Amino acid sequence: MELHQQLTLPQSVDKVWAALNDPKMLQQCLPGCERFEAVGPDQFEMTVSTKIGPVKAKFTGKIALSDLNPPLSYVIKGEGKGGVAGFAKGSATVSLATIASEQGEATRLTYSVEASVGGKIAQLGGRLIQGAARKMAQDFFTKFVQALCEDETLVPEIETVSAP
Amino acid sequence: MSGSLVGQRILRKEDHRYITGKGRYTDDIQQVGMTYGCFVRSPYARADIKGFDVSQALEMEDVISVLTGLDVAADGLGGLPCGWMIHSKDGSEMRQPVHPVMAAERVNYLGEPVALVVAETKEAAKNAAELVLVDYEELTPVVDVASAAQGEQLYAEVPNNTCYEWGLGDEAATDEGFASAAHVTHIELTNNRLIPNAIEPRAALAEYNSGTDEIVLHTTSQNPHLVRLILTAFVQIAPEHKLRVIAPDVGGGFGSKIFIYSEETALAWASKKLGLSIKWTAERSESFLTDAHGRDHVTKAALAMDSEGQFLAFKVSTTANMGAYLSTFASSVPTYLYGTLLAGQYRTPAIYVEVNSVFTNTAPVDAYRGAGRPEATYLVERIVEKAAGEIGLNPAELRRRNFIGKDQFPYQTPVALEYDIGDYEASLDKALEMASYETFEQRRVEALARGKLRGIGLSCYIEACGLAPSQVAGALGAGVGLWESGEVRVNPTGSVTVLTGSHSHGQGHETTFAQLVADRLGLAIEDVEVVHGDTGKLDFGLGTYGSRSLAVGGSALSVAADKVVEKGRKIAALLLNTEVDNIAFDAPVYKMMDSNETKTFQEIAFAAYVNHDWPSDNLEPGLAEKAFYDPLNFTYPAGTHICEVEIDPDTGVTEIVQFVAVDDFGTIINPMIVEGQVHGGLAQGIGQALLEQAVYDESGQLVTGSYMDYCMPRADNFPDFKVGMTCTPCTHNPVGAKGCGEAGAIGSPPAVMNAVINALGGVEIDMPATPEKVWRAVLSSQAQKIA
Repeated sequence: MELHQQLTLPQSVDKVWAALNDPKMLQQCLPGCERFEAVGPDQFEMTVSTKIGPVKAKFTGKIALSDLNPPLSYVIKGEGKGGVAGFAKGSATVSLATIASEQGEATRLTYSVEASVGGKIAQLGGRLIQGAARKMAQDFFTKFVQALCEDETLVPEIETVSAP
Repeated sequence: MSGSLVGQRILRKEDHRYITGKGRYTDDIQQVGMTYGCFVRSPYARADIKGFDVSQALEMEDVISVLTGLDVAADGLGGLPCGWMIHSKDGSEMRQPVHPVMAAERVNYLGEPVALVVAETKEAAKNAAELVLVDYEELTPVVDVASAAQGEQLYAEVPNNTCYEWGLGDEAATDEGFASAAHVTHIELTNNRLIPNAIEPRAALAEYNSGTDEIVLHTTSQNPHLVRLILTAFVQIAPEHKLRVIAPDVGGGFGSKIFIYSEETALAWASKKLGLSIKWTAERSESFLTDAHGRDHVTKAALAMDSEGQFLAFKVSTTANMGAYLSTFASSVPTYLYGTLLAGQYRTPAIYVEVNSVFTNTAPVDAYRGAGRPEATYLVERIVEKAAGEIGLNPAELRRRNFIGKDQFPYQTPVALEYDIGDYEASLDKALEMASYETFEQRRVEALARGKLRGIGLSCYIEACGLAPSQVAGALGAGVGLWESGEVRVNPTGSVTVLTGSHSHGQGHETTFAQLVADRLGLAIEDVEVVHGDTGKLDFGLGTYGSRSLAVGGSALSVAADKVVEKGRKIAALLLNTEVDNIAFDAPVYKMMDSNETKTFQEIAFAAYVNHDWPSDNLEPGLAEKAFYDPLNFTYPAGTHICEVEIDPDTGVTEIVQFVAVDDFGTIINPMIVEGQVHGGLAQGIGQALLEQAVYDESGQLVTGSYMDYCMPRADNFPDFKVGMTCTPCTHNPVGAKGCGEAGAIGSPPAVMNAVINALGGVEIDMPATPEKVWRAVLSSQAQKIA
């Protein structure tokens, strides 16, 4: 499964970068995230409950940040195990760029996600993964923007772009 | 045949219990103190197991035990064997990686069992299974069949992931045929991988009795004696006389319940180890992952013809997928059940076939309704139809020119088989007439006016059934002879209990076999009861597969019934105080030939058990006779299927508007049951042609793992089938029957695909002909016309 999307955030690159590196912020925005703890430099452990198609599972796994190029880009990689539900793993390359905007400084956030699932979640929900990933991204960034701007009415427009 | 029952459309005796909810399937059986098993399965196609942590699972309420692959290894259980040795062209034996009952060190396909949780309730077993932690290290899997030999080596003992490189036929003679050919037709095709989908999932109930040290295993098997033999002789979970295997009512098999699987084996072992009764019933998701899949061939072939369309030579190269391990009969399917059928109904003088079988990180592949013969028929009938188009000859005419004539039997093919009898023109002619073949062009034009593309396709199939003459099977590598046992046990009141080593899982044996024996003895069908599926009741039997039940199992009963008649003559002679030679049996009456005195069959039966005065030297009391029948040859059902389709060019949807099947099954005992078997086979064959395909992604995950993504045929995918029969009775068995269970699934896929390709103006597509594929082909067909 691949997803290439971008959106514009009405905040400076530095502020967006800081939020993207804040475990509390990430936990707050990630749908179904029950735990998100730093266990080392750029290493986190997390527990996420999610439902894809008919399969509901609690994934426990590790997240690592790499290829850090502050404040412009990083790669976030994760792998979670969901018991008999199977496993999920993936990575996202996230990059930021300052753009001009009528409201002042703004940031274009672009991300490319590659993810795969296995076991029951793939057997029963495999073809729903793309839709589930899109929805998860939409939910994540909606909360992310709202928290970043402290405005619960903001809904970001996410557009799908062709693969880089 | 002596009575009047053979050939009658008698309603099935067993259906009363099926349709009134009185069927007794493995999952219906409840035992006091029964516990439940749940398997922990690999979510990876290929991974190393770094460790198990069962502590959390064991802490759960109602959990009794968690056994892992390590326990299997510690107890020294043998691997699950493959029962058919294939030798490669160079004479070397096939390579057979160890197939563990549960994996301990490495998993090799998605869904492979690694642990068994046993708990007081099903719920607790399932919940605890989620808490069994298995530390996997994922490895790169080999998934694609065509490139599997070049993939990473999966087993140290299996170079190039190749099980064997097998060949059959005369390659030099075949090459000569090509050298002198006026025309050569080439084809490349795949035979799509299928998932069996029996309506009743696999299930097992293993009960260990510490008082008798006996295990009773109820399981969904097509051949309970084979289960007992393999579990005792090879896996060694108990001595053979301490394991009783019962296959009660079984809801469909299609081959998938022939094989000896991990789950049933693990359950029998665990029941003894833990001293418990344990039940496991597969969930549908487990069936998708672990029932042995079918087909999965990639083939290139060429057919050489002279200027008159006479076939000169046929050359075939096939790669067959074995999956991760060799299932019980996997090795025989793409070899002796495939290569030997490549002559089809034709006189092709030279044939050469080579088959490379490869291992991949997918579920094991084994026999599925037809087993090798559908793959052979699909290839032969696709290339013959294509050849007709290329040389501009009517496809029926090209076939007719090459048929083995009805006066040419017995006919020795260049690929090992000797056909005993057949009349291929008769079934072709009848099918052409039933299909109104002559007027197809009018229907095509009429359909085009409605915006539909109409096509017609033929398939003249042959199959080899009645597996098998033991001597031949042995010479070809089979681990066991393939005879069958039968017993006709006459009760003192004259009713009869028939015991057979065949196993019915929907085929209607309780009716057909009763009909056969009642006919021989002149009894009412109600007076004959058929017993099957229990190693505790029957002599050794080899079970039901390969359309063998009537041809082999029925023949055993026929011989046993003859023995009963003969012994009855002796008893009648004793009672009538005459010589045996003076007694004739005119069912159901024994007559003295030189007087009017008679004894009924019932009188003889009663006397057999209550008479006091037996001449000790040559006549024993009792009236029960056994036979072990070993067939002299395979049987060769054959026929012609004609399919007519209409394609909607805007949506790519293919509708089957007419399907004609004319089959020669030899003598038919019950035409209603036979037609039912044909209908079911056609449904499966058409399912393969239009709808079904098992797909693994490149990481070995099963994309088609549920009915959301694996498309099963439904009633509205079919027209009313037009089924007809011709009859040349089998020459070498006493019933004259050839077998009808698989013909529908063998003959139909090429008929459907030839019709689809005909409608598409010759654009070739592989099965399944899904709307998307057909729609794209319509576009490319239109583009070709414009160009």
